[in-house]
Amino acid sequence: MSGLDTRAASRRATRPATVILAIIGIAVALVWIFPVYWMVNSAFLPNVVLQSQTPTFVPLGGSFTNFATVIGGGTFLPALGMSLAIAVIVVACCLLFAFLAALAISRFRFRGRKGFVLAILFIQMLPAEGLFIAQYKLMASVNLLNTVLGVSIIYIAAVVPFTIWMLRGFVAGIPAELEEAAMVDGLSRTQAFLRITFPLLAPGLVASGVYAFLQSWNEFTVALVVLQDNSAETLPLWLRGFIQASQSHAIDWGQVMAASTLVALPVIIFFLFVQGRMTSGLVSGAVKG
Amino acid sequence: MSVVAVRKRKIVFTPYFLLIPAVAILALAMGYPLVWQLVTSTEKFGLAQQFGQPPVFVGLGNYIALASDPYMWTVIGRSLLFCFAAAALTMVIGVLVALLMRAVNRVVRVILQISMLLAWAMPVVAAMTVWNWLFDWRRGVVNWVLSALGLPFQNHNWLQDPLSFYLVALIIVVWMSVPFVAFSIFAGLTQVSGEVLEAAQMDGATPRQRFFHIIVPIIRPVLSIVLLLQVIWDLRVFTQIRLLQDAGSIASETNLLGTYIYQLGTGSGDFGTASAVSIFVLLLTIAISAFYVRSLLKEDES
Repeated sequence: MSGLDTRAASRRATRPATVILAIIGIAVALVWIFPVYWMVNSAFLPNVVLQSQTPTFVPLGGSFTNFATVIGGGTFLPALGMSLAIAVIVVACCLLFAFLAALAISRFRFRGRKGFVLAILFIQMLPAEGLFIAQYKLMASVNLLNTVLGVSIIYIAAVVPFTIWMLRGFVAGIPAELEEAAMVDGLSRTQAFLRITFPLLAPGLVASGVYAFLQSWNEFTVALVVLQDNSAETLPLWLRGFIQASQSHAIDWGQVMAASTLVALPVIIFFLFVQGRMTSGLVSGAVKG
Repeated sequence: MSVVAVRKRKIVFTPYFLLIPAVAILALAMGYPLVWQLVTSTEKFGLAQQFGQPPVFVGLGNYIALASDPYMWTVIGRSLLFCFAAAALTMVIGVLVALLMRAVNRVVRVILQISMLLAWAMPVVAAMTVWNWLFDWRRGVVNWVLSALGLPFQNHNWLQDPLSFYLVALIIVVWMSVPFVAFSIFAGLTQVSGEVLEAAQMDGATPRQRFFHIIVPIIRPVLSIVLLLQVIWDLRVFTQIRLLQDAGSIASETNLLGTYIYQLGTGSGDFGTASAVSIFVLLLTIAISAFYVRSLLKEDES
């Protein structure tokens, strides 16, 4: 509605103003997309071209060589495997734990409910930087440093609070009467849940699952501390290796950009799915509708 | 009827069972480290303890040592300064971009939104490799553009000098944070009706008056929550600083709170002091988060 109003108003306004605004809009868009474009552009260019005096702005005559070299390099696949294994564990556990907890806080009134909600909201805000030294000592004491399980446990705990908060809204949105009506019609509790509630909850589970995936896939701080062995690297740590190498000697930026593109691609695809929900989850209450 | 009645009577223990997995994992991976950290922050726990000596209780000794260490104050000052600069810049640019999204026609708006979304979606570490490449002193495009404009930036190393190190970090953090702010405020702006603005315009209100007297009061809740989140996130900034340090700068001259803890703990093995700094960071975060949590709780009650 308001969009139409402003457009009608702007049509009445002077044309030069509209044109100037459009130019500013395009300019801002270019500034923000440039680093992303530069990553993809450089990923397709051979090192000889990247090392020339003038930058090449369009990857004409580019190739997939950098991607092939990175994937065949021997370190990418183990890091990918590590990241995937952690992501699968984190997503599965987060969804299960958060779903049960969301059910508890949105379907039941019980002593301690408010305290629990308060606690998860605060825990969700705790910075990894304020805890990672202690988490490192914990994992060292139980011999879980440099393991998938060790990192996964910390990630689940870090992600589960916000997942509970996200799912709580979805569960609360499904009236309990629906389930009860189905039970009156002769379905068992489990059947009623599986046939009535679960399908309605699916979008919420997908959104929360993608959120958990993104968090574990992108995480750097905890990984840096808990995975210090080169043989147990997640993708972010693997990428960091290139940055470190760039300090001491000239490195092949084309390959680094190909590597970054490979890491970023699944994230960008998934992110576009959940962006709207994440925004409203973080600022919910402040924006109505 | 009977189903509901049975359920009501059974209710008492069910929610507690449902909470067990979540509470257990939080107690293990958050609760235990928290307690350990609290205890360790009152102990002398250095390299000797790493090799088996029992830690010595020193009470508030670590905290007192930190409070009288000028370097700690330097790091705190830097962190606060960086946090406020980044949050303020992000908010101003974010609001302007949101207003721009509203003002331009549909095609330009979609282009703007797609580019913001892509920047927002970039994983932090991937974004950091790109920015390191953009600012690379040998073949980075930033130096090339500045040199082409006739400025003396050929082979300029941005990360060596602490001030320009922070400038680069600031640019990167703002670039990453603006999309979230812009989208949130753009969503908030949908509550501002075009008719009211037009009426104000006819009554002779200037654009500035319309912004401060009509738009800002309506979007104040979004503005305050987004600002709060920015302050919290920028205070704990770690990944960007750490990765810029990796690319070549002296850590002690560019440390913020997060990287300082990292250096104390995993670098020097001084877990007592590292724990004390961590507790300080946690308390700071909790104090600022209280406002945010309160506004979220309001929604839970409704």
